[in-house]
Amino acid sequence: MSRHALSVRSLTVEFATARGQARAVDEVSFDLVPGERLGLVGESGSGKTTTALSLLRLIRPPGRIVGGEIRIAGADVLAASPEELRRMRAARIALVPQGAMSALNPVLTCGAQFEDLFAAHGERGGAARIAALLASVGLEPQVAGFFPHQLSGGMKQRVCIALAVALRPSVIVADEPTSALDVIVQRQVLRTLVKAQKEAGAAIVMVGHDMGLMAQFAHRIGVMYAGRLVEIAPVRDIFADPRHPYTRALIESLPDLERRGEFRGLSGLPPSLLDLPPGCAFAPRCPRVVERCRVERPGPTLLAGGREARCHFAAEPVHAG
Amino acid sequence: MPVELRGARVEFGGGLFGGPRKAALVGVDLALPAEEPRIIAVVGESGSGKTTLTRLLLGLLRPTAGSALWRGRELSSLGGEDWRAYRREVQAVFQDPFGSFNPVYRVDRMLVLPALTFGLARDEQEARALATTAPAAVGLRPADTLGRFPHQLSGGQRQRLMVARAVMLRPRVLVADEPVSMVDASLRAAILESLWQLTREAGLSLVYITHDLATAYAIADEILVMRHGEVVERGDAVAVIRRPSHPYTRELIAALPPPDPTVDWGLEKAEE
Ligand SMILES: Nc1ncnc2c1ncn2[C@@H]1O[C@H](COP(=O)(O)OP(=O)(O)OP(=O)(O)O)[C@@H](O)[C@H]1O
Ligand SMILES: Nc1ncnc2c1ncn2[C@@H]1O[C@H](COP(=O)(O)OP(=O)(O)O)[C@@H](O)[C@H]1O
Ligand code: SF4
Ligand SMILES: [Mg+2]
Ligand SMILES: [Mg+2]
Repeated sequence: MSRHALSVRSLTVEFATARGQARAVDEVSFDLVPGERLGLVGESGSGKTTTALSLLRLIRPPGRIVGGEIRIAGADVLAASPEELRRMRAARIALVPQGAMSALNPVLTCGAQFEDLFAAHGERGGAARIAALLASVGLEPQVAGFFPHQLSGGMKQRVCIALAVALRPSVIVADEPTSALDVIVQRQVLRTLVKAQKEAGAAIVMVGHDMGLMAQFAHRIGVMYAGRLVEIAPVRDIFADPRHPYTRALIESLPDLERRGEFRGLSGLPPSLLDLPPGCAFAPRCPRVVERCRVERPGPTLLAGGREARCHFAAEPVHAG
Repeated sequence: MPVELRGARVEFGGGLFGGPRKAALVGVDLALPAEEPRIIAVVGESGSGKTTLTRLLLGLLRPTAGSALWRGRELSSLGGEDWRAYRREVQAVFQDPFGSFNPVYRVDRMLVLPALTFGLARDEQEARALATTAPAAVGLRPADTLGRFPHQLSGGQRQRLMVARAVMLRPRVLVADEPVSMVDASLRAAILESLWQLTREAGLSLVYITHDLATAYAIADEILVMRHGEVVERGDAVAVIRRPSHPYTRELIAALPPPDPTVDWGLEKAEE
């Protein structure tokens, strides 16, 4: 048995489009130990959701996982038979999807959705077990009798979390679980997630946009750009000393309540996945680009403290731009 | 005043099967001056009535009491020509990018059709040309987005197309409900900056509905804080954020996650 809750090696996913193969995820590798929380951030369209869904083999045609390896507590996800895969989902790896609130079945009570889940995995449910799960996310037992439309957004999100931890999975994948919630409810929901995660001993992959939130939630942060994982490092290192210029740009463009009317966004467009620049995909927008970047694609540079960055100059700190 | 709400109240429920009536909006006043462009941010918790307010401003919902006006006239009284003029002048970006697209059409249709119906283009060819230039304003490549079906775009790409469509129509007023909640900070800053510039250069007024206090503070002239359908605090953006007077505003500010991993936000604490 591996000591990793999740191990991803060279994961590559492509979408067939009218104009050719678009590589939405390109050789992404990372490991998670039990109880660890990884935050996946990056430009919109950079492949975060595609990576997250791949972990459960939920990519639908024209998308296809074209290469790599995914292991959950040692078990090979990509080699699993359909029946093995069905049993793995929810029991070993569970998903809180992007737009989770619309993922609940509108015609079933919350209690019935728990019962369905238990039945599908040959487990016994029952009111007491459901009440305990609801309690773990701070909801009253009566919620079991409610239909989704009778709950607020924050409550629905908690039900989704309770469903995700119900079978004590090793890995929870959450795609922007709080991007539709206000800051107060957001904090409650994330506390709930942290508590439920600790009780289940699960590792979490959380996709999100809010670097402020990630600063608080994640132990480690992975930054994606144009399908590649361009930097991964412990959260404190990412903030104190980012090694990829895109990571630096993400941190610098965080709006805060100290500075007003200043926009520090990145100019330019992310590259088309169908027409990536030959060298570094970030080169057209990079403040420290040099000629070499345009011809030679940077491989991963391994740094002290288990950090990694895909930039030719990753060994040196990125200076404030 | 191009658009104005006066003492607007909205109730849901009641009726034949509706159960008890519930007020989603209570006595809301909001005015966008015609003379100079303005950015008003409306912040508040989920369920506080932000989306209801959007629907009111767009004439998709009639106030139960009070009024919703365009150039001094009740929205519900506008007929044919006036309604069309209003619908062009006041554009919207809706909250849910997973719900606002018709899944059976390619996304270019969403840009080409309004360009024709609102008379921005004389023929299909001109409309296509407009549709091709619109996505760049929101950090999208036409070649990667037009010609695709909605399910082939990521959440943030859909949100940005909504913004591109609205801006392409050159409205006087843009009502945007959480337009950038699904894009990363660097892009969010870029999109908000382009909206901010439009208010300065093209005379666009913006009602920016969000739960993100930091971006509201960054671009708004005025901030309205809503709770349970009521405006609990309003005023100049700097005053509201620097010297909040309502306890709820203070609570919102305090709940913002500090963008610094060395500052504790209390995530590991048991829930209060
Ligand atoms: N069914 C599909 N067919 C073709 N391309 C697709 C499909 N689904 C996603 N893509 C493309 O794959 C890329 C990655 O999409 P993905 O949904 O993983 O992005 P993301 O990082 O989650 O973005 P966001 O933050 O905006 O949700 C995007 O360029 C997207 O347009
Ligand atoms: N069509 C409707 N029928 C009944 N109640 C509604 C309807 N639309 C909104 N509400 C209720 O009105 C309140 C405000 O909703 P909404 O404007 O969507 O809030 P927000 O956008 O701030 O999250 C909520 O309590 C919501 O449940
Ligand atoms: S490799 Fe070159 S272009 Fe790419 S991020 Fe590093 S410095 Fe910038
Ligand atoms: Mg996504
Ligand atoms: Mg809303």
